[in-house]
Amino acid sequence: MAIFRMLKCIQRSFSKVACNRIRICIVGSGPAGFYTAEKILKAHGGAEVDIIDRLPTPFGLVRSGVAPDHPETKIVTNQFSRVANDGRCSFFGNVLLGSSISLSELRAMYNAVVLAYGAESDRVLGIPGEGLAGIYSAREFVWWYNGHPDCSSLSPDLKSTDTAVILGQGNVALDVARVLLRPLEELATTDIACHALAALQESNIRKVYLVGRRGPAQAACTAKELREILGIKGLRIHIQEADLRISTEEEVELKSNRIRRRVYELLSKAATSSPNNLTSHQRDLHFVFFRRPDIFLESKDRSGHVAGVHFEKTIVKDTDSGMQMAVGTEQFEDLKCGLVLKSIGYKSIPVEGVPFEPHKGTVPNVGGRVLNDVKGDFIEFEKGLYVCGWLKRGPTGIIATNHHCAEETVANIIEDINEGVISSSISLPGREGLLQLLANKNVNVVPFSAWGKVDAEEKTRGSLKNKPREKLTTWKELLRVALG
Amino acid sequence: MYISKFSKQFSQLAARALGSQLKAPLTSAPRTSCAYLPRNHDFFPLQHGAFFSTTAANASEEGNEEKQKISVTFVDKDGEEQNIKVPLGTSMLEAAHENDIELEGACEGSLACSTCHVIVMDMEYYNKLEEPTDEENDMLDLAFGLTETSRLGCQVIAKPELDGIRLAIPAASRNMAVDGYKPKPH
Ligand SMILES: Cc1cc2nc3c(=O)[nH]c(=O)nc-3n(C[C@H](O)[C@H](O)[C@H](O)COP(=O)(O)OP(=O)(O)OC[C@H]3O[C@@H](n4cnc5c(N)ncnc54)[C@H](O)[C@@H]3O)c2cc1C
Ligand SMILES: NC(=O)c1ccc[n+]([C@@H]2O[C@H](COP(=O)([O-])OP(=O)(O)OC[C@H]3O[C@@H](n4cnc5c(N)ncnc54)[C@H](OP(=O)(O)O)[C@@H]3O)[C@@H](O)[C@H]2O)c1
Ligand code: FES
Repeated sequence: MAIFRMLKCIQRSFSKVACNRIRICIVGSGPAGFYTAEKILKAHGGAEVDIIDRLPTPFGLVRSGVAPDHPETKIVTNQFSRVANDGRCSFFGNVLLGSSISLSELRAMYNAVVLAYGAESDRVLGIPGEGLAGIYSAREFVWWYNGHPDCSSLSPDLKSTDTAVILGQGNVALDVARVLLRPLEELATTDIACHALAALQESNIRKVYLVGRRGPAQAACTAKELREILGIKGLRIHIQEADLRISTEEEVELKSNRIRRRVYELLSKAATSSPNNLTSHQRDLHFVFFRRPDIFLESKDRSGHVAGVHFEKTIVKDTDSGMQMAVGTEQFEDLKCGLVLKSIGYKSIPVEGVPFEPHKGTVPNVGGRVLNDVKGDFIEFEKGLYVCGWLKRGPTGIIATNHHCAEETVANIIEDINEGVISSSISLPGREGLLQLLANKNVNVVPFSAWGKVDAEEKTRGSLKNKPREKLTTWKELLRVALG
Repeated sequence: MYISKFSKQFSQLAARALGSQLKAPLTSAPRTSCAYLPRNHDFFPLQHGAFFSTTAANASEEGNEEKQKISVTFVDKDGEEQNIKVPLGTSMLEAAHENDIELEGACEGSLACSTCHVIVMDMEYYNKLEEPTDEENDMLDLAFGLTETSRLGCQVIAKPELDGIRLAIPAASRNMAVDGYKPKPH
């Protein structure tokens, strides 16, 4: 009976808010932004949702992160497009928070703002030589092969060396290794950027080292990506069998951790099995464990250019908190290479007015409500300000993780509407105000229909080359096609 | 909590609101926009058989079943049940979508997303399914709230033996560490 009364009460407040207009702006059109929009539209009949993105193109890392040879993963853009085409939803590209518009301007125009602008910089190692030429973050390299307009002119040199070292063993590391090692004809029919395809065509990289600071029982990748790279045609896999020995603690840990266990099993199997389909164009992939980068070595002949990495060997130790940590042994080893890709994690960027935890690289929040201050046992929230996705949780998780993440943030937004924390009675300028302000600032907004022109153009160009699309990769061209 | 006497949309919304109040009273912001510091401990439990005790609102009561269809019951996040008839050869993902049941299918059945995760509620039925392939297991690794009887909805195809199967759609939780990553040592 008590539940029944409670339901009645919620029903009343729902029908009240349903007819009131709530204007919500989401910053960032990746999975977090689109899932948030979808859930708000479903949960609140009076919500009007605007999604802004700094790029003229939507979908965040689904377009600029997900590997070109994973078209199935990008199918989710169909669902996101349906959301964007909802009558109560708008997309405005080419709008950069912090430059085209400030957070305080946005908050003054909308009942609520949801920050979902991802993680667009990199963790750094902070070791000598990190600035040498030939060292890139995996993020830059991925943006380059995926045609992100900020990295289309990266032009990594794949010709002057036959060896690349990738630091980190997460799924991003496996993605970049696969792009370097996969037979070209298999990449040629993907949506890989044409400049990347051309560079890979001339690439002399034959040997890739994937280096982890811990062991095969802690590898950060998942079985799907690992299975895929292990199955590349003509690729010889090298794994030191000695590295596969695990401690009793690790064995126990693997029993209870399905993901790690299956990765470990795949690695063990690969260490002992003979290579498949070896051809004359054979390439080598070395999994190197227990090595922590110490110094980047500079080339003697090419000044300012990387020539290798000096590693400290490690062992894995259990900490009191139950974590397994890499501990240096003061034994060192060098690996020579002409290209280094640091794949040790992304990091979010602070924007003026956004509370930010610099160490974690996230916006402090509880369940997606942005924290303003913590006073003793009490916490204070920023009224009407929320966060979702990598900016909320840090740069891990697959696309689906953002679905649950959005569910949590939206549940709290709806709760705040129901409790009157966000007021729908105040009429705010919302969409009209935003567009007016951007027009005053001469920002050329790219609506979803204009992205449609880019989409169509890319597909047409792609069809001529047997590719699903040929991406437009420069700001100039993107804006010309979108706004032309 | 059994609430299916209310209209679907309303009961879902209400239960969601209720759910979040009941599950996490410490994290909800009262009107003042101040709250106690939450203890962030509500892990999603591995629910071995947790659903098995749900009282069965029997699916096949309606009789008169068409030969080519089997009866499938979906139990959504809020515990609400929906019985549908599924033509043989159809995947549970397609069937759910045809019946407006909220089951995600981000990759539209191409085994690349894990969002179509369902939990088979009776071991007996789980055992009637073919073993998941390596590829399905790879995606299941990443599924949210994995249990011992989890499958991907797009890979479960209606066949006569499955008549009467009950599938739970996992509920969201406040623990976002779903792809197996523990906090990293540095
Ligand atoms: C290389 C790579 C490959 C991946 N592959 C897969 C995969 O195969 N499968 C899978 O499930 N997951 C994959 N992931 C993970 C998945 O991409 C992420 O979980 C997801 O994209 C995170 O979503 P998000 O919305 O938080 O961030 P993002 O997707 O990064 O979206 C952020 C958006 O915000 C915009 N933005 C940034 N700054 C501003 C600003 N100041 N103003 C306005 N807009 C701004 C950006 O342009 C971008 O569109 C991959 C990740 C990476 C890095
Ligand atoms: N197909 C897919 O599903 C797909 C594809 C790409 C990305 N993603 C997802 O996107 C997320 C991000 O991927 P990611 O690869 O960037 O991150 P990640 O999985 O967190 O991997 C980061 C890697 O960098 C290492 N590392 C971190 N700091 C280091 C340091 N200071 N020195 C040396 N090594 C260091 C980590 O080692 P330690 O383990 O020792 O910390 C780990 O190997 C992940 O959740 C991933 O699953 C998914
Ligand atoms: S719909 Fe993507 S795996 Fe089933």
